[in-house]
Amino acid sequence: MTTRIDTRFAELKKAGRSAFVTFVMAGDPDPATSLEIIKALPKAGADVIELGMPFTDPMADGPSIQAAGLRALKAGMTLKKTLELVRGFRKDDDATPIVLMGYYNPIYIYGVDKFLADAKAAGVDGLIIVDLPPEEDDELCLPAMKAGLNFIRLATPTTDDKRLPAVLANTSGFVYYVAITGITGAAAADATAVSEAVTRIKRHTKLPVCVGFGIRTPENARAIASHANGAVVGTALVDALKNSLDAEGRATSKTVNAVAELTASLAQGVRGAQQAAE
Amino acid sequence: MNIAKPNSYRSGPDERGHFGIFGGRFVAETLMPLILDLEKAYTAAKADPAFQAEMNGYLKNYVGRPSPLYFAERLTEHLGGAKIYLKREELNHTGSHKVNNVLGQIMLARRMGKKRIIAETGAGQHGVATATLCARFGLECVVYMGAVDVERQQPNVIRMEMLGAKVFPVQSGTRTLKDAMNEALRDWVTNVHNTFYCIGTVAGPHPYPTLVRDFQSIIGNETKAQMQEVEGRLPDSLVACIGGGSNAMGLFHPFLDDPSVEIFGVEAAGHGLTQLHAASIVGGRPGVLHGNRTYLLMDADGQIQDAHSISAGLDYPGIGPEHSWLHEVGRVNYLSATDDEALAAFQLLSKLEGIIPALEPAHAIAKVMELAPKRPRDHLMVVNLSGRGDKDVPQVGDILKGKSK
Repeated sequence: MTTRIDTRFAELKKAGRSAFVTFVMAGDPDPATSLEIIKALPKAGADVIELGMPFTDPMADGPSIQAAGLRALKAGMTLKKTLELVRGFRKDDDATPIVLMGYYNPIYIYGVDKFLADAKAAGVDGLIIVDLPPEEDDELCLPAMKAGLNFIRLATPTTDDKRLPAVLANTSGFVYYVAITGITGAAAADATAVSEAVTRIKRHTKLPVCVGFGIRTPENARAIASHANGAVVGTALVDALKNSLDAEGRATSKTVNAVAELTASLAQGVRGAQQAAE
Repeated sequence: MNIAKPNSYRSGPDERGHFGIFGGRFVAETLMPLILDLEKAYTAAKADPAFQAEMNGYLKNYVGRPSPLYFAERLTEHLGGAKIYLKREELNHTGSHKVNNVLGQIMLARRMGKKRIIAETGAGQHGVATATLCARFGLECVVYMGAVDVERQQPNVIRMEMLGAKVFPVQSGTRTLKDAMNEALRDWVTNVHNTFYCIGTVAGPHPYPTLVRDFQSIIGNETKAQMQEVEGRLPDSLVACIGGGSNAMGLFHPFLDDPSVEIFGVEAAGHGLTQLHAASIVGGRPGVLHGNRTYLLMDADGQIQDAHSISAGLDYPGIGPEHSWLHEVGRVNYLSATDDEALAAFQLLSKLEGIIPALEPAHAIAKVMELAPKRPRDHLMVVNLSGRGDKDVPQVGDILKGKSK
């Protein structure tokens, strides 16, 4: 079956450019502002939206995204409300793919089957679950595929050629290459190393490969996008959001624009890149 | 719940690291290759007689094993029931059972060629043991410790620094053991190429719960032999405190298939089970955190809740996955003791036996105070005195002064 993710990457391929994938935390800094932000992302040039599901113990995330999750939780965010946010977004936009990204426990507690049904109904297209490696595919990956949702796997610098087939076996939508060993918001990705890694992954799969972790500027984004099918930016957007908040951590009149403006300039960077050779 | 009784309680985990539904490998892809390597290295080490022989040498001459099994005569008289024996893990080098496991993991790290060791610590006992063995073998040592714990366990922070370790106070989340573990995992994911994560308890992704259990099982194996020597038979009951549950698992595991032995694990009930506490089994439910599925304290949305215990070593919202399984199959009884009960036990043991226990095993003593009087005089009860109380003296002193005001 074809998801919005498949359709979007097919369109981009035809247009000869890479995808700009944005990450923001659902409910950050509050549910209403968060909806305005994700509505603004496609207009500012986002091709795919990753929406973080807040979790108290995000062990693969750096300080910025940890803080974003805690702001959202403090504002009363729950997994149920994250799905409501997606439903709200889908009222005006039926094309931009939405990928939920986070950790397994809130989904496990929500109930896997119920979550998959509710997520599909809300208009979610794919899932990235950091703490579910292929060794745990029975938990969520296989049921998600059956429910018609893409399960997007992370490949990392430690995923060698021997392991790649296992990582790619049940992956769909796209492959998310984590450009560095480390947490979100850490060191900048090196474009040459990324290019080699993407080439290596493409030997094993026909899926688009998007690259994230360590991309902060339009220049980074352009460099990475010229070697991959997409560039993912998260921490830089979350930081722009945070810098627009008042002293108590509440949204101001600048918040939505702060994220939209940075999205627009990063999108320019991605659009300036030559599509990676297939 | 209807769960079939297994033929043996000692055969787990399965090849994917599961004890029933518990355990598993819930980690980021970056760590997965290393965890598979660790499993291979451990399997090879277990089969290598030279590995065991080298361990035994250090256990005897560096750690000071075997630890005594001591008949607590005055505590027994005072409680007027079961005959109480203390397994004196607090006499080990570094002052707790933690060193048994750290020695094993450091020797594994050496076999794997890793030069940098990281650890999380709550009370600081695991951190001190790790810092000690890193000093002994000339390895770089980084310890993550919640900022709240750095404050309340100062003596251990100073010890770690004297031993050459770098101690990072963790400011994220609740600033206790769970956050120290998050931060250690973040370090590991970043420095995976040269770093060995020395986990302090029977939790985390497979194979950690198994290898930590195996290294700690020396406690139960010695107890079995020592009891045979002094009483000519098996003990009738075992009692141990549980945070993650490594001292308890070490004592319990060799006895799991001896049906005559009653087994009690004691979690920290903090201010009481209806308020802030750290009793994951008694007050939690199954979820996924820190690489494994196990009983956790969490809210309706699956967000992890703050634990509380007077004892930094028990102040954790989860428990090792094998304990969760032993609870569900009904082999081990899980109880809980409050801060106040632990404080009373801390003082009682100090005054009656001249042994100042750590606040962690004081929770076990607290339940011994309830269980022993209800049992006959020929009942043999073993309690794991998993650590000594030196580190807690300033904190308990302050609390008692506050109370006497």
